[in-house]
Amino acid sequence: MSEDKIFDEMWGRDETLRTPYTEFQGWFQDEDLKRLRAKQREAEEVFRLTGITFNVYGRAEAEERLIPFDIIPRIISGREWQKLCKGIEQRVRAINAFLYDIYNRQEIIKAGRLPQDMIARNEAFLPQMIGMMPPGGIYTHIVGIDLVRTGPDQFYVLEDNARTPSGVSYMLENRETMLQMFPELFARNRVQPVQNYPADLRRSLAACAPNRCEGVPTVAVLTPGIYNSAYFEHAFLADQMGVELVEGHDLRVVDGRVAMRTTQGYQPIDVLYRRVDDDFLDPLNFNPESALGIPGIMDVYRSGGITIANAPGTGIADDKAIYSYMPDIVEFYTGEKAILENVPTWRCSDPDSLAYVLDHLSELVVKEVHGSGGYGMLIGPTSSKKEIAEFRKKLMNKPGNYIAQPTLSLSTVPIFTKAGLAPRHVDLRPFVLCSPEGINITPGGLTRVALKKGSLVVNSSQGGGTKDTWVLED
Amino acid sequence: MAMLGKTANGLYWMYRYLERAENTSRLVETGQRIGLTRLGQDDDEWASVMQSASVLDAFRAGHDEVTKEAAIDWMLRAKDNPSSVLSTISEARQNARMVRTALTHEVWEAMNGCYMAARDILARKVSERDLPKVLGLIRQRTALVRGATHGTMLRNDIYDFARIGTFLERGDNTARILDVKYYVLLPSALSVGSSLDNVHWETILRSVSARGGFRMAYGSQVNARDIAQFLILDRRMPRSLNFCASKIHDNLRYLVSDYGEETPSFHMAQSLVDRFAHHDIDAVFESGLHEYIQSVLISFGQLGGQIEKDFRFYE
Repeated sequence: MSEDKIFDEMWGRDETLRTPYTEFQGWFQDEDLKRLRAKQREAEEVFRLTGITFNVYGRAEAEERLIPFDIIPRIISGREWQKLCKGIEQRVRAINAFLYDIYNRQEIIKAGRLPQDMIARNEAFLPQMIGMMPPGGIYTHIVGIDLVRTGPDQFYVLEDNARTPSGVSYMLENRETMLQMFPELFARNRVQPVQNYPADLRRSLAACAPNRCEGVPTVAVLTPGIYNSAYFEHAFLADQMGVELVEGHDLRVVDGRVAMRTTQGYQPIDVLYRRVDDDFLDPLNFNPESALGIPGIMDVYRSGGITIANAPGTGIADDKAIYSYMPDIVEFYTGEKAILENVPTWRCSDPDSLAYVLDHLSELVVKEVHGSGGYGMLIGPTSSKKEIAEFRKKLMNKPGNYIAQPTLSLSTVPIFTKAGLAPRHVDLRPFVLCSPEGINITPGGLTRVALKKGSLVVNSSQGGGTKDTWVLED
Repeated sequence: MAMLGKTANGLYWMYRYLERAENTSRLVETGQRIGLTRLGQDDDEWASVMQSASVLDAFRAGHDEVTKEAAIDWMLRAKDNPSSVLSTISEARQNARMVRTALTHEVWEAMNGCYMAARDILARKVSERDLPKVLGLIRQRTALVRGATHGTMLRNDIYDFARIGTFLERGDNTARILDVKYYVLLPSALSVGSSLDNVHWETILRSVSARGGFRMAYGSQVNARDIAQFLILDRRMPRSLNFCASKIHDNLRYLVSDYGEETPSFHMAQSLVDRFAHHDIDAVFESGLHEYIQSVLISFGQLGGQIEKDFRFYE
């Protein structure tokens, strides 16, 4: 890892304007800060009225929050993007191949490239999927790869989201808002469109329909309901795709198919884009307490009566313990070296690594293997002695639950503050669609930004915001 | 193309609640207006207004006496009053979130904007001075939702369920107002011209926004028979029982032709409409106004229940 100055995507390391930002800078110089402040408020109003909110868990209905939106676009050149795409595509192919292998012959374990333990003792591994071939051979239909950048050509994969990546509605709404507010900026830059995503998603899902499907596949989005934190996104995607948004109690198994209750009786569904966790999918096969799922859907699935996207059991591929093996996994299935690098990772289950991590807690980021949303993690450099001491206890108690990584000097991009532009750390989640027809990567993705000066935590649950992400036509 | 039973249910309730919000705010307006013109005795009128909105019993359970301030607050803002303007607009918006994929952007934004405006303006107790402004805003915001619905929604089953919800709620509302005030309209109470009666009649007409309409149809002479005729049987008056029933009937007929299946609810609406077509107001008075209105209320209730079953609103 470089100890140099932090890389800024607009100004580089040496205050020289980088090419992708040329037109933007020309525009910004002529802008009046007062007008931009008004635009920032206007954007918030648009988001509120459109209802682009997320619900805060455990709070009353009134607690719908906005994820802060920053009006300064993050700009990536077409050439940079091309390179990223190659790496993303390779990684997503490997993930699908890995999932097939893991639920079938487990060659990677036989070859000694992945310890048996990693699978057998992993809660994300679903025995119900063993020997099962999902329709079209696709396990993870919708993937979000979280990337961070540390230099002009240096990207790392921070995390793979292979089960239910969220945030794509923000990618789309952020762009829509920018188009409305700054049409002149789009006239000066040739920005690759993201608006095809819903149509691409629908086509990609339809291409994965099971053999039992006749005619045009019926696609539906399964949501846990209006109180779910991502309900807005579920409704948004169903709406944009022109498909039904269903909940568990709208569905039941009828004549060996999963069918939805309509005003004219039950009608079968071919492809279910589910935004419900594996565990809640089928009370007969998984968690019997689940009121969100459909009793018997797994049996229909196994008999080839429905496509579930993403397939149950895909969580094994984005588990943080598996993450550290990703370079091996990519190489094993593609026969090539991984184009995108992993962040170096210490597995605390390994005694030598644990010893190292315990010695260097104040420099490292330590994460729970199964955690998400930025909770339950330690960021050494910004934590107090007391916090570190407390975390040390937790870590020693259950070392297998943790991995550790160096603190990366994440790139910054400018955000709009009262005083004008100011650099903040960001990450990037591009969205990938897989079907038998191929892999489709939307040019752009979700940029999450830590709005607090110096902060490295970009999660919306911890005060992060989002930005529109531009990939330019070169 | 059929739609989800849940979606039909959500649309139906979204528009029922929206209609109820309008009706409740109209009743508040009536109460305030009557109070202003009858110095000193206004608070009596509020019990009657709350009774028309079917919220008096619940009010009494939590309040020792009926005061103007408490009544207005109960009808506009009370969270524990499911029919308060704030509660009904929140419910309408919650249902709209549930059926968002069935709504146009314009309708959703109008509904969400209506909710945000109501939440803000009803965050605090409304003073009497601000009341006209608050009621005006609510009227505008709900009208915007209705306008967006008319202007942007396809005329398909989605629209039918929205309309059915609207007119069932509206018919029910008119019938309840008549039910509370029926005694004023009885021939025995016909001491025409006395100021007391004028107030009662004005209350009734205001409660259903019918003062102007009535004047156009019947001139400035107000009598009980004409009011009853206007609110029960008139085919032009958009809040009359006959009008509401025939709108529900129309929309159920569109569903029959769309879905190619005659539903029991369609037949029920048919016989309700037939009933209105063959009745004249004298016969209604003869058979007993109160009993007549009661039987219409029951029919509306049964029709609603049958629609839920026919279109699989619930499992």
